[in-house]
Amino acid sequence: MSWMASLRLTVAEDVLSVAGFLLLLWAGWAGDRAAKAIGWAAMLALVGAAVVTLPALMNGAMGPGASAFYGQYADDAFAAFAKLLIYASAIGCLLIAPAFFAKLGQHRAEYPVLLLLAVLGMGLMVSATNLITLYIGLELNSLAAYVMAAMLRGNERSAEAGLKYFVLGALASGILLFGMSLTYGFAGTTSFAGIHAAFHGPMQLGATFGMVFVLVGLGFKMSAVPMHMWTPDVYEGAPTPVTTFFSTAPKVAAMALTMRVLLGPFGAQVHSWQPIIITAALASIVVGALGAIGQRNIKRLLAYSSINNVGFILIGLAAATPAGAAAMLVYLAIYVAMSLGAFVAVLMLKDVDGNQLEDIGDLAGLSGQRKVLSACLAMLMFSLAGIPPLFGFWGKFVVFQAAVAAGLVPLAAIGIAASVIGAFYYLKIVKLMYFDEPAGRALGKSGWEHQAVLAICAAFVSPIGYLLTKWLGGLAAVAASALFHT
Amino acid sequence: MIQLIAFYLFAGLVVLSGCVTILSRNPVHSVLWLILAFFNAAGLMVLLGAEFIAMLLVIVYVGAVAVLFLFVVMMLDIDFATLRAGFIRNFPLGMLIALVLLGELVLGIGAERAGAIHLGTPDGNNAAVAGASNITAIGALLYSRYLFLFEAAGIILLVAMVGAIVLTHRQRGDTRGQNIPRQIARRPEDATVNRSPAVGEGVVL
Repeated sequence: MSWMASLRLTVAEDVLSVAGFLLLLWAGWAGDRAAKAIGWAAMLALVGAAVVTLPALMNGAMGPGASAFYGQYADDAFAAFAKLLIYASAIGCLLIAPAFFAKLGQHRAEYPVLLLLAVLGMGLMVSATNLITLYIGLELNSLAAYVMAAMLRGNERSAEAGLKYFVLGALASGILLFGMSLTYGFAGTTSFAGIHAAFHGPMQLGATFGMVFVLVGLGFKMSAVPMHMWTPDVYEGAPTPVTTFFSTAPKVAAMALTMRVLLGPFGAQVHSWQPIIITAALASIVVGALGAIGQRNIKRLLAYSSINNVGFILIGLAAATPAGAAAMLVYLAIYVAMSLGAFVAVLMLKDVDGNQLEDIGDLAGLSGQRKVLSACLAMLMFSLAGIPPLFGFWGKFVVFQAAVAAGLVPLAAIGIAASVIGAFYYLKIVKLMYFDEPAGRALGKSGWEHQAVLAICAAFVSPIGYLLTKWLGGLAAVAASALFHT
Repeated sequence: MIQLIAFYLFAGLVVLSGCVTILSRNPVHSVLWLILAFFNAAGLMVLLGAEFIAMLLVIVYVGAVAVLFLFVVMMLDIDFATLRAGFIRNFPLGMLIALVLLGELVLGIGAERAGAIHLGTPDGNNAAVAGASNITAIGALLYSRYLFLFEAAGIILLVAMVGAIVLTHRQRGDTRGQNIPRQIARRPEDATVNRSPAVGEGVVL
């Protein structure tokens, strides 16, 4: 394959990296005054990348024709679906950031650039068909994320979050690399197709170890239990727009990457990874639900909620069928909207002077003063809990349906039972907003960007979202079939 | 024969300088012995025909890491006597860890020798260019087959650099930077004046 053909397939990455370099130069010359304009330019670049990504999904690209650079990169429908989700959530995160940072007087021009380069890394992750691409994409994403977590360097909690994320992330990367080196040693190649061919029969013990180590590294990135310990601390300490970003785009990237790794190179070894995924899924659901109950900080609560959701998404992976993969993608799309909406709602909780409020107690009686905000938040909470008229139910439904179809009835039953525990704390927030004595603190107004993002997310998770089920399901099915195409 | 002598020379020196590194009293001497150990390890790599790794060892470990150590040792006032006070007390633990590592090595190599581990056969995509030095071979792969990933790795370094600057650079009001255009634009006639003061009257500046 010629260089030009390969470059044409990686055009989304080309657009993002060139835009990132140009914006970095702009940031260097104009300084922090231009931060807002650079943010808008970054959003434009993301829209451009989304436009050039779209055809791959619409045409259902898969197989050798979508493979670039000697099979190191795949521009197939699956990657396109995940990338569009990542770009959409990154645009949302860029939109809500300026107001937050400007209030603190810390709006850095490098923030949009770092976010853009992190998105570039995520694009590499979801398109990876080689262990080296996987690692480089993951590290590009992580490195930018560590910096973004510590962006408010004067703030102790932000610095702590950055440091904690960095140390634990470096450990996870080391474990991942160790697993990759074992896999390479036993397969003799780093390409996914080659590994699939090498691991067709029974795997040796060393190769199994390699696979488990790779899984541990990926589990850390998507914060599945028992690799979740960093999540609440980092989510709490990082600036809220950064937390919003962490809970959406990198989750999609890590989840899509895990799907690609387990269903691609290790696709013939379902029996050896299925128990691990089932354990991680159930543990995530239970720990996410129980851990959230005692929380007083709303960002920590949402961190446990994201762990809980990761568990539900992993149920689709445990099914190891095209239907399961499609269900995961549908759930991911809905999850991104719910998570983005919930964090934007948190960003909109301000006191009269515009200071951010993060304590759950501040939500008490919110419905009296902020009717629309509390209605949207209540809808998002009901949706996260999976209560039927809302779209969040549909995500859980398709995932459980796929699990039952794959014969994992006990797993689905335990998952449904555990989702009831999770419903408790979501409903507690709704009760707090509607039935408690007003705390009367969250009175500050927010800009149109926040309102717009919240409105879009709330509309998506509302029953209106069901109009999209057919379209979303169709796209997810095409994307999932690209994953199973060999 | 010469190879054998060279091997034992390099290997013996690595072990010797490693021991002296941990035993010498003066931390600066320790670092210097460490540098000697790195150089000899690089010599061993050359004997293996891996001259690229030999050069990496010298450039990265000697050039960067060891010099960094030296800076830390000389700039920070660390009391190495107290650091080393627990040496005898922790000696058994250290020996235990060393024994475990040795056991792992023996087990691993033994299992491989006994034929219990079947490593994969390389797919041949990354085969070395015949007859070329391994620097040429690595370069040929890095700049052709893996160019995309090589460039992506470059972006990672860019992010690391941007991140380090974002997190540590502070705009301070009390520093006076160099204004190069102004310096270049300055002409002798702007800066110097010619006076011919009358005798006994002095100069008014």
